[in-house]
Amino acid sequence: MSDKPLLQMKGIKLKFGEKTILDGVDLTVESKEIVVVMGLSGGGKSTLLGVLLRLLEPTAGKVIFKGDDLIQLQRRKLNAARTHIGMVFQNAALVSSMTVGDNLALPLRELSDKKPDEIDKAIKEKLDLVDLKDARDKLPDELSGGMKKRVGLARALMLEPELVLFDEPSAGLDPIATKRIDDLILQLRDKHDVTSIVVTHEMESAFAIATRMAFLDKGKIIFTGTPDEFKKSDNEVIRKFLESYLAHEKTKD
Amino acid sequence: MKFLGDPLRLLESGALMISKIGILTISFLQELSSLYWLAHDTFAEMMDRLADRRSPFRLSDFFYQTNRVGVGSVPMVFMLSVFVGLTMALLTGYQLQKFGMTTLVPSVVGIAFTREMGPLFTGIVLASRIGAAFTAELGAMIAGGEVDALEAMGIGPLRYLITPRWLAIFFMTPCLSVAATLAGICGGAFISNMLLQLGYAHFFHEVMSNLLVKDIVSGVFKSFVFGALIGLIACYKGLAVKGGAVGVGIATTSSVVTAISCVIASDSIINIFIVIFFP
Repeated sequence: MSDKPLLQMKGIKLKFGEKTILDGVDLTVESKEIVVVMGLSGGGKSTLLGVLLRLLEPTAGKVIFKGDDLIQLQRRKLNAARTHIGMVFQNAALVSSMTVGDNLALPLRELSDKKPDEIDKAIKEKLDLVDLKDARDKLPDELSGGMKKRVGLARALMLEPELVLFDEPSAGLDPIATKRIDDLILQLRDKHDVTSIVVTHEMESAFAIATRMAFLDKGKIIFTGTPDEFKKSDNEVIRKFLESYLAHEKTKD
Repeated sequence: MKFLGDPLRLLESGALMISKIGILTISFLQELSSLYWLAHDTFAEMMDRLADRRSPFRLSDFFYQTNRVGVGSVPMVFMLSVFVGLTMALLTGYQLQKFGMTTLVPSVVGIAFTREMGPLFTGIVLASRIGAAFTAELGAMIAGGEVDALEAMGIGPLRYLITPRWLAIFFMTPCLSVAATLAGICGGAFISNMLLQLGYAHFFHEVMSNLLVKDIVSGVFKSFVFGALIGLIACYKGLAVKGGAVGVGIATTSSVVTAISCVIASDSIINIFIVIFFP
């Protein structure tokens, strides 16, 4: 077994015009980790996931995934590498004209040599995993926000990726739906050896699932460590972030 | 002193006009270069798929789009062409009647529809009916993050989304153009029989004997060009959408206006080319 990390982001910089979004991000992710990336709104967390999949071209830096720098790869090899990474988008981004079943079948039909009955079996398996067996023939518009996210997760898992990226998986969901998504992320690591990078604001979720946490501020990762180390961090921005969270929790009580 | 200000103002407005022309030229060239890169990248994605020994697009998608573009547009193209053919025969017939030359009506209608009206009306109908639909649906997919999702999965959204649409409109435009030409000629024959005392057999015989292969070839060639332009412009405008629902609306309007303008402009250019090189 290789002792190299699954993913390394080195010195990622991204500018939109004059505005610097990412200013030298370094992040290493080992196999079977659940790394939660936190930060203030508009701080570039979702952008970081876009750069990781090269949906956005960084100004500088490297994204080394399984030994290949994704930023340097030609389109054909990049697309091949992308099949090892699943992405669950904030709004699920399901193809609205296709049923749930067709959305799930899409990556397999396009990128694998599986036969229709094998695809059918894989769809059933993944819908079972996200507890949405009856949603197969529904259109995305007929699903609730939480259901869409679970279908998005099921689609991201169709190609059996080693790394899954979650962009705000609990945003806009009720506590029960949030808990269900959190459990799925843990289940993926425990039963399927999937590594996850989760971008979220939800502290409760973050502490429940993270094996490691990273904090993005002003385009830089200013902290990485375990959830306990995060709680004890004396960094001023993180302290303020935690205090606001605790104050908010007290108000709720 | 009175005259000193005027030349300065004139100079200022002249400079302003030149700067506006410059900005328009730059934006036109940028759009042109974006269109080129869209076509280039779509083709490159298709080649990648072939290198992986996979089909560059799904045949079922292609046939779905073909049905939508071709079969779905037949009633509108047919109806429009019949009425235009009818009006054309009627108006030219009444004018030619003054000189006792109504026998020229079949050849006028036949040649005009084969070379010009059939392809042109088909292009205009497809730009507004199908081009708008392509732009709106691709724009909505961009706004909903669906195109990013396809890209993230490694599917290659350009060849997946554009190829079946572009090929469908490319191959269906000439077919519809032939249908439009036949419908226009039939419309002309009907009114000529009713009001100009020209029998159907005589009308169709005159059409056939006056048509040249050159007329047919130029009409079909134009249709391919119109189809290629409409497909490319509609897909480009859709994928370039910015700003959600409002952006989709703006892009759709722009797509129809641009496609119709390009169809008419390219029609003129092809006509000039044919007249000069194939007199």
